[in-house]
Amino acid sequence: MRYHPHTPEDERRALETIGVGSIRELFDDLPAELRDPEVDLPPGMDEAALLDHVRRLAARNETRGPDFLGGGVRRHFIPSVTPHLALQSEFVTAYTPYQPEVSQGILQATFEYQTMMCELTGLDVSNASMYDGASAAAEAALLAVRHTRRERVIVSRGVHPETREVIATYLRPLGVRLDVAELSPLTTAEPNLGDDVAGVIVQQPNFLGYLEDMRRLTDAAHAAGALMVAVVDPLSLALLAPPGQYGADVAVGDGQTLGNPASFGGPAFGFMVVREELLRQFPGRIVGETTDVDGRRAFVLTLQAREQHIRRSKAKSNICTNHQLTALMATVNVGALGPEGLREVALGSVERAHALAARLEAAGYAPLTGARFFAEFVLPVALPAEELRSALARRGVHAGVPVPAEYGLGDAVVLAATERVSDDDMEALVAALDEVGAQRRPAVARG
Amino acid sequence: MADFPLIYERSRPGRRGAQPPRPREFDVAAALGEENLRTEAPRLPEVSELDLVRHFTQLAHRQFSIDANFYPLGSCTMKYNPKVNEEAARLFQDLHPYQAPETAQGALQLMYELQADLCAITGMDAFSLQPAAGAHGELAGVLMIRAYHESRGEGEQRRVVLVPDSAHGTNPATAAMAGYEVREVPTDATGEVDLAAFQAAIGPDVAAVMLTNPNTLGLFERRILELARVAHEAGALLYYDGANLNAILGRVRPGDMGFDVVHLNLHKTFTTPHGGGGPGTGPVGVKAHLAEFLPVPVIAKRGEEYVADVDRPRSIGRLRSHFGNFGNLVRAYTYIRALGREGLRQVSGYAVLNANYLRVRLKELGFRVPFDRVNMHEFVAQPPEGLKTLDVAKALLDHGMHPMTVYFPLTVKEAMMIEPTETESLETLDAYVEALRQVLERAAADPDYLKGAPYETPVRRLDEVKAARQPVLRYRFPEPADGA
Amino acid sequence: MSTPESLRYAATHEWARKDDDGTVVVGITDFAQDQLGDVVFVELPEVGRKVVKGDTLAVIESVKTASDIYAPVSGEVVAVNDALDAKPETINESPYEDGWLFAIAPSNEAEYDELLDAQGYAATLDEG
Repeated sequence: MRYHPHTPEDERRALETIGVGSIRELFDDLPAELRDPEVDLPPGMDEAALLDHVRRLAARNETRGPDFLGGGVRRHFIPSVTPHLALQSEFVTAYTPYQPEVSQGILQATFEYQTMMCELTGLDVSNASMYDGASAAAEAALLAVRHTRRERVIVSRGVHPETREVIATYLRPLGVRLDVAELSPLTTAEPNLGDDVAGVIVQQPNFLGYLEDMRRLTDAAHAAGALMVAVVDPLSLALLAPPGQYGADVAVGDGQTLGNPASFGGPAFGFMVVREELLRQFPGRIVGETTDVDGRRAFVLTLQAREQHIRRSKAKSNICTNHQLTALMATVNVGALGPEGLREVALGSVERAHALAARLEAAGYAPLTGARFFAEFVLPVALPAEELRSALARRGVHAGVPVPAEYGLGDAVVLAATERVSDDDMEALVAALDEVGAQRRPAVARG
Repeated sequence: MADFPLIYERSRPGRRGAQPPRPREFDVAAALGEENLRTEAPRLPEVSELDLVRHFTQLAHRQFSIDANFYPLGSCTMKYNPKVNEEAARLFQDLHPYQAPETAQGALQLMYELQADLCAITGMDAFSLQPAAGAHGELAGVLMIRAYHESRGEGEQRRVVLVPDSAHGTNPATAAMAGYEVREVPTDATGEVDLAAFQAAIGPDVAAVMLTNPNTLGLFERRILELARVAHEAGALLYYDGANLNAILGRVRPGDMGFDVVHLNLHKTFTTPHGGGGPGTGPVGVKAHLAEFLPVPVIAKRGEEYVADVDRPRSIGRLRSHFGNFGNLVRAYTYIRALGREGLRQVSGYAVLNANYLRVRLKELGFRVPFDRVNMHEFVAQPPEGLKTLDVAKALLDHGMHPMTVYFPLTVKEAMMIEPTETESLETLDAYVEALRQVLERAAADPDYLKGAPYETPVRRLDEVKAARQPVLRYRFPEPADGA
Repeated sequence: MSTPESLRYAATHEWARKDDDGTVVVGITDFAQDQLGDVVFVELPEVGRKVVKGDTLAVIESVKTASDIYAPVSGEVVAVNDALDAKPETINESPYEDGWLFAIAPSNEAEYDELLDAQGYAATLDEG
């Protein structure tokens, strides 16, 4: 298939204007011995063949069936109007809004996104979005180091394991030490603070699903002169106390639950919202309000002197893009649901998750309910988690995010529930668990 | 004339749009603990679904896009985004990253094949699809280079990264994030890296050289094999910034030119949509001697099964959650399979044809072209003496065309960088030249006219100084009347 | 472009003035503020910071660029112009007086004498 319009006549006319005899001649600068390599690709396909090919690949995936998968990504209700509006071609095929006069659509939508994130998190300034929650958390760690000029960061083990890995990748080349604050057993115990700590990073709800005492941890961080970085599920902020309420300095997280499809893990977007005082250290694009020469309100990328295209090696980060389109999807979705609808999605998820835990207890299982949880919780099981997950999948049920060994909980899985889970779905899960012999004997002491 | 409203200004208490499933009766304070609940509701917009639709549809109409406008932005490769890619991506959108891998074999297979396709296209030996953007891929690349030198006991010794003075800003920013010091190498009068200066700058303290080829002036680095030899002899690694790959697809490969690490921009060369600023995708490829350092996971095949390989002890680690921007990987895969090998050559052939056509026609018009020879997929120009690039750019907006990239690279004064891409017809290019002709004519007749441009756009020139001096970065809700 | 006779200069466009108490006050020249355009933000050092001649001490941001400002002499920062926080445009309006950036208690008296005089600085502008 081809997407270029050139006919032989076009080609002839262009070559004549340029003054060369063939397209080949335009590549004379390339080293002769390297030209025209063998490229091992199948021949090109027309559109029908292409779609057949891709559909055959898609047929090797299975997404139907009751869904209890979480671990930071959840398949919530997304109304049809959301993708209809967010995926308009002007939003999809636009470039970065460097010419604001013709980019007010994107710029205003971003300003509305920034406002939304400030309202949800209770903090002062949001950037225009980042790649994902994990890299946003890593950038927050770097911000804490820049701001305090200290060289140690503490991260709770309750922070998603993948997020912790990413933070480590970012901190290692700069020689910043990363220490882990342990859980005991389901929430963060006292972190080992000192006057060398730049920031403390805690996730709420944590990876296992449980609620942390964010006020206590924030106060402890501040007493040691460190910044508090809260890694939060933005949907949960429809109900839970936001970072601003307990005094955190930075809020980061992944925006997928606000209205993007799961899409096998990406793209969604990361967010970062900070207190006013941290504005100058803040990475990422930011949109601001101003006026044009006729006095009209207008929006523009601002404070660009922090960014790579101006500061180069002294930029606050090398970040060059944001995740504009997926952040827009979230903005539209929150507008589609409204505060009441968002609350209902969150409430529905919490209610279903608690109903699921009760149903499992009634069936003789021992989910860990010793600490408060939001929409996910841990179920200890009698076989290795990945085996369990596969066995459930064979029975048409999607469940069983494995709890890694580092948590010291033995074989266990994290179960999630969204507002879409039905009573029948729960019965199907219990039946499948029973069939597989997942119940741990003897029952493990509850959390 | 009233300002275009914000969604918050359309909001009315009690209005709502979509209805999710109604939650059952539940004592949320008891379950979560009163102390964990928020005390103040977030001020989110309350609008009907129709108002939502009007708002975002009208916003879309205040936005330029490739689907509606010509966007010859140098170094951005604003080519057509095929719609079949969107249909393909939709087929995979409900997959959960943590579902049992046996139930996601189609997705894993697609990634595995894409890794192989990118190796074939670039001449590299292994790829990671993880990085979420070009700059992210650069970070991966530079961290791998660091790991490589450390593994050979030369980490302490090699603290410097060489970057041409014409390089994109992400190159030095990335090097700094990876803990390196940046040393700039000048370009010579031909617009290419100054070989003598390069030889002087290279040494046992250099970890890597970051290059783009063609470079940011749109010129092919003709001495690339020599540059590679000099770098490798000094023990440094060569990094390829793939932003300009569109010029050489199917014609020459960075792996064959001697590069050890490569990052690609799928949102440039491989048509994944720009989305108004992102998400992009920046896969990173390496030669065999660096494969062990690739970020995890790498998609592997064991027998007939596709797996995410995370058991890589010398990996630089993870750069983001999950597999990468999977939705965009589907789009790039579909594009590559649509083109096939012959299609790649057509892309670079017509991209370079179009760019040279524009260069010659702009020169006829009176634009200055500092490097007036056959260029690759883009070229740098300057407006006729006395005119400012910024003013010419703003005037073009009134003709319904997006301006070229302005003031980059930093090494050319009043630079304009123009990249038409292969998907534009000669008529579009001719219309662009005609628009510029009218701009020049207007400027000659009325010099102040350009300074006030644009005149026809939804808003006119903005006060960017005010935006930076008095930042207003979110909507300021009106204070409640009762002072609550 | 004005280049007051009474001041000293660095080739990197800083001016320096030695006050009666020996403190060296530093700012940027008229040429520099003109090149930068409208200043939107100034990042100033902390009082008490020890510096070596040539250290980057401040950053001046305009909309499109950011400029590093270097210490023309070694010593300790004893004062910074906090008024620039609210009114960064003072640098454009009064680069040699109200737009001063910081003051250094010098540790090496000879360094001040090594700076360019007005003619010397003006000559660098002609070359540039």
